[in-house]
Amino acid sequence: MGMIEGAARIGNEVANRGFLLTSADKLVNWARTSSMWPMTFGLACCAVEMMHAGASRYDLDRFGIVFRASPRQSDVIIVAGTVTYKMAPALRTLYDQMAEPRWVISMGSCANGGGYYHYGYSTVRGCDRIIPVDIYVPGCPPTAEALLYGILQLHKKIHRTNTMSSGWGESV
Amino acid sequence: MKREKLDRLEQEVTARLAGLATERLADALVIHVGVLQLLQTMTRLRDDIAFDFKLLVDLAGVHYPERAVPFELVYQLLSVHKNHRIRVKVPVTEGELVPSIAGIWSSADWYEREAYDMFGILFSGHSDLRRILNDYDFHGYPLRKDFPVTGLVESRYDEQRGMVVKEPVRLGREDREPYRRFP
Repeated sequence: MGMIEGAARIGNEVANRGFLLTSADKLVNWARTSSMWPMTFGLACCAVEMMHAGASRYDLDRFGIVFRASPRQSDVIIVAGTVTYKMAPALRTLYDQMAEPRWVISMGSCANGGGYYHYGYSTVRGCDRIIPVDIYVPGCPPTAEALLYGILQLHKKIHRTNTMSSGWGESV
Repeated sequence: MKREKLDRLEQEVTARLAGLATERLADALVIHVGVLQLLQTMTRLRDDIAFDFKLLVDLAGVHYPERAVPFELVYQLLSVHKNHRIRVKVPVTEGELVPSIAGIWSSADWYEREAYDMFGILFSGHSDLRRILNDYDFHGYPLRKDFPVTGLVESRYDEQRGMVVKEPVRLGREDREPYRRFP
């Protein structure tokens, strides 16, 4: 179903009956994926590619993605670049300060597994040693399109989760 | 630098800084200075109008494990006004105190911290000699040739203790450790 077609169907539904029927999970997931505010966490050259994704050509705004400078206001953290041992405690602190539900996108080879600096003395061999990662975006650096694709994959992942109808025994 | 310019600079150095060993490269002039003459030589290079080196461009350490005097400090100087450059090399032994030149060029402040951080070269008279790039509790000097490339410790988050902990470095597979030739 195309977007315009879908909007027309929703319009008909509201016009005919005055209300819409959906499941609570779908509503919650729709709300969550429609405004994922990422924590600005650029560490290296990947950060420049992340800025490209945010700028007018790829325009993350149209997905409701607005970069925030505070972990308290963020839903997702994009680890864009090389995580050093010196930075690792700070990364964990910022992740801990984010309100749940929260997600992590690991962007680029360095964040995924140390990348070029895997055998180095100062680089964490993958940011998943510090924080749990949802989506790994490969590349060195990944293009803005690749990051965008990673974000859409995260949307898919969130759409698969059931917040209301699981975890407490009976369905709500 | 052009040859005539280098010739002139070399003449000035031999005339005004007598007793210093100079080394002529294809496009650069190098002078070798002992630790004891460092401060007065550097002050002269900055203040003497024939040199006029008002800018310290870089200060780097080098480790030569095979030498009797294993370390060397390399200072790169530039005169913007006269448009000439010079390189000053100072041999340093392990644990020897090198006088800080941060009082002559303030840009030396962080360069000396870096040389201390990476090579363990100590500077006397430096106002704040602590690590600048490596982790606060880093052990060892990573740019020394005997330092293992993979380092000594690695970090991970410990779920039980709720903090990022450091452990001895442990790479997954031996055949993925190409740099383990160091004892």
